[in-house]
Amino acid sequence: MIEVKNISKSFDGNQVLKDITTELWPGTVNFIIGRSGSGKSVLTKCIVGLNEVDQGEIFFDGRNFTKLNKWDRRLIRQEMGMLFQGAALFDSMSVEENVMYPLRMFSNLSKVERQKRVDECLERVNLAGKNKLFPSEISGGMQKRTGIARAIAMNPKYLFCDEPNSGLDPQTAILIDNLIKEITKEYNITTVVVSHDMPSVMEIGDHINFIYEGKLWWRGDRSTILTSENKEVSEFVFPSAFMQEIRDALREGHR
Amino acid sequence: MAKLFSHIGRYSILLGQVFTRPARAREYRRLIVDELDKIGLQSLGIVALLSFFMGAVVTIQTAANIDSGWIPKWTIGFTTRQTMILEFSSTIVCLILSGKVGGNISSEIGTMRITEQIDAMDVMGVNSASVLILPKIIAAIFIFPFMVVGSMFLGIVAGAIVGTSQGVVSLTDYTYGVQYYFEPYQVSYTLIKTLVFAFIITSISAYHGYYTKGGAREVGQSSTKAVVYSMVLILLSNYIITQLLLL
Ligand SMILES: Nc1ncnc2c1ncn2[C@@H]1O[C@H](COP(=O)(O)OP(=O)(O)OP(=O)(O)O)[C@@H](O)[C@H]1O
Ligand SMILES: [Mg+2]
Repeated sequence: MIEVKNISKSFDGNQVLKDITTELWPGTVNFIIGRSGSGKSVLTKCIVGLNEVDQGEIFFDGRNFTKLNKWDRRLIRQEMGMLFQGAALFDSMSVEENVMYPLRMFSNLSKVERQKRVDECLERVNLAGKNKLFPSEISGGMQKRTGIARAIAMNPKYLFCDEPNSGLDPQTAILIDNLIKEITKEYNITTVVVSHDMPSVMEIGDHINFIYEGKLWWRGDRSTILTSENKEVSEFVFPSAFMQEIRDALREGHR
Repeated sequence: MAKLFSHIGRYSILLGQVFTRPARAREYRRLIVDELDKIGLQSLGIVALLSFFMGAVVTIQTAANIDSGWIPKWTIGFTTRQTMILEFSSTIVCLILSGKVGGNISSEIGTMRITEQIDAMDVMGVNSASVLILPKIIAAIFIFPFMVVGSMFLGIVAGAIVGTSQGVVSLTDYTYGVQYYFEPYQVSYTLIKTLVFAFIITSISAYHGYYTKGGAREVGQSSTKAVVYSMVLILLSNYIITQLLLL
């Protein structure tokens, strides 16, 4: 479990995160949703320590990550996998070498076992056979999928995915969503997904954290988000006039 | 002034990271071999070209200046040797390499920074500073001395070829000059300088790349800064080392 306690973060006087407190649960998919620029990526980077928080603390299964020094953080980080919004693949390495990288750095697997693990991971994200291509030679969606394969290579305890299915076609998006859900349940991973894609929230979201203007505005789950009376949540879920009509019709039906 | 101190501070912190708790030895071996190719082999051409023409030009210039008759011809070989050994093959070659190698290192690391590749390493728990920078420093410190020694030879040989073929000096006179009053200590002095320069170029350039913020424009700016700072530090340390070792 990851506990986020009262974290705040500013960049040059612009306060991006305001006193956010939440818990992220193991074996579940925890969503961080909100409009573009609301601070989702910054929040994720604060949790993994890529951005230092100005205030507050983060606990990974009781371990106070914020208080640890760089070196001790590395140990916890070896239990993390992260997919970046822009995939952040190593562009001098092939798809296969990217996925292999954490294994080479940390695992004690033999060469053959490593190769097997890489093939397994690539298979899971539907990239079997693309081993030798370079990031510049594959599409944005394929880069994302390679990023996921790299993030899960080490069987992480904590998995962070910043917009895992943006830029993917709907079918691949669902495939990725289901993959994330499956491995989360299978290995009891604490999974954090940043997204503004409502279909994927509805598909796999167990816990939902709605960020609005840097604040944790609303928390809930799939069943409560559709009926939330909170104005900002409701506008986020039903952004267009057409969608709002559907919402109102749904509500009528409930009564 | 405050900016200078903050640079020095961050540079020291980065070096601290580079030299602590490294990753697996076998990873480094692979990376160092890579860097030997990028930093060393790929610079051989330019270094050879420069050294050849420099040796040739120094020879011709000296010949043109001692026309008066009472200065012995072997001075030509002597001057070419001294120029190559003392200054050209170390300082000038390293200044040129700071443009090529330094600019390269800084833009490579800078691009990795702005495309979050360095963040990706950090999140995995990899010591990104060490994995990215240490192999470059080691490779440069290892390969630069060979390049410098090669440059000395090539420059002196070029002088001989051009000098004799132009008829400004006989091979005997030239060779006598090259061997005249040879002090091995001067070669050591040059090699010491080279090691320092190799460290300056790689670490300063890596520093500027590693702390790049922004986009493509900033990557360009970092690599300009990398080259300028390396050059200034090379000139400064050249002066200091020379004063310490030769006076
Ligand atoms: N390194 C930084 N320096 C300064 N400001 C930053 C930095 N990173 C993010 N910000 C600011 O923080 C705010 C939130 O950015 P963030 O990337 O978290 O948005 P987001 O919710 O992930 O949006 P999107 O859905 O578009 O990815 C933005 O206003 C952005 O300008
Ligand atoms: Mg984002």
